[in-house]
Amino acid sequence: MTLTQHDIDQEIAAEHAAYEKRIADGAPVEHHPRRDYAPYRSSVLRHPKQPPVAIDVTQDPELVELSSPAFGERDITEIDNDLTRQHNGEPIGERITVSGRLLDRDGRPIRGQLIEIWQANSAGRYAHQREQHDAPLDPNFTGVGRTLTDDDGRYHFTTIQPGPYPWRNHVNAWRPAHIHFSMFGTAFTQRLVTQMYFPSDPLFPYDPIIQSVTDDAARQRLVATYDHSLSVPEFSMGYHWDIVLDGPNATWIEEGR
Amino acid sequence: MTKIDTSRPEAVLPTPSHTVGPFYGYALPFPGGGDIAPIRHPDTITLQGYVYDGEGNPLPDAFVELWGADPDGNVPTTDGSIRRDPATGGYLGRNGVEFTGWGRIQTDANGHWYARTLRPGARGRSAPYISVSVFARGLLVHLFTRIYLPGDEAALAADPLLTQLDEARRDTLIAKEQGDGTYRFDIRLQGEGETVFLEFR
Repeated sequence: MTLTQHDIDQEIAAEHAAYEKRIADGAPVEHHPRRDYAPYRSSVLRHPKQPPVAIDVTQDPELVELSSPAFGERDITEIDNDLTRQHNGEPIGERITVSGRLLDRDGRPIRGQLIEIWQANSAGRYAHQREQHDAPLDPNFTGVGRTLTDDDGRYHFTTIQPGPYPWRNHVNAWRPAHIHFSMFGTAFTQRLVTQMYFPSDPLFPYDPIIQSVTDDAARQRLVATYDHSLSVPEFSMGYHWDIVLDGPNATWIEEGR
Repeated sequence: MTKIDTSRPEAVLPTPSHTVGPFYGYALPFPGGGDIAPIRHPDTITLQGYVYDGEGNPLPDAFVELWGADPDGNVPTTDGSIRRDPATGGYLGRNGVEFTGWGRIQTDANGHWYARTLRPGARGRSAPYISVSVFARGLLVHLFTRIYLPGDEAALAADPLLTQLDEARRDTLIAKEQGDGTYRFDIRLQGEGETVFLEFR
């Protein structure tokens, strides 16, 4: 049977209603998606059925997971955060700057840590061999960047506005434009991979990946804010996106939580 | 709203996780990602395995990250895992001398991954282990697990995590020795023999 957008819309609505009921019954807010989220079909065979085993990090400050791999200046080059300068020519599309801060759950900046990004080009095509979408490749755009956060936890990328693209979750499935982000914290427990979206994208209600975050406020935290002060005159549009890493770190132990 | 007001602790809420999707392959993996051990280091071990889905099929589009202590139990603070060449913008690779403790390894088309790293030393109350995170298309939040090595039964018997688990589940966290310092560690995301995954609080 062909899976239509209408079928997926109904599944998304049912998952949302189930979450609202859990909240009404006193369950805690869910900041992250559940791994078992059927509207995103690829999750069906890839989520554990057993609940995770909890580790209370306050019981042992020596846990390896309370520390994080280190990255430094030799792991990036000067232009790795400018995706418009990686080829001889100019990429096609609307130039954007994306900036924000990397924070922990206490609002403290995470300094000198690695942020990696990857994205489709302005036509909605990834520079990946297995990509099937027949939109044009841009010989002047790869769509990969990396940077280290500064002393305020700030990061900064210059890139091209990615395009939306079709995928095969169901008939006429389209992903809203997004940039993939990968982050390290001060502890391996804080590791995060996610996607940043752009304001007011009309595809949000139809996309089972963004809708997998069933909490409305949490979902909004994946959407960057247009920030005119980040727009560069005669050059680029600016977007602000702060990132808060979840997961305990060593300061939780110092404060006895 | 994605400007976080850090003066209001109640406003500092986590950014949700998302899947890595199918197209990270030209962005995140890097040459020598699994060659974590310095060249010819005497404490080198080889780890290898498959990542399987709920029907027992290996995943050709997953990656694992390994993070572990050095043989003395010290956590590395050395950068340089993904060194870049300022002249070409390409990868230089690790320098083969320093131990960063961290690697990222993509499964191949058969779903197989391998790494060479150093045998970790014990820390705190735990038996020696290597921390693992698993990422894949279809996985909306990455998974944490651990690779314990067989051999020191007393240390394994005293480990605070392993002692909580029944024997079948416990065995999913202990690699199988294959001789010559090689160990097999399969990750089963779902179903029979499902790997124990962890949540840190």
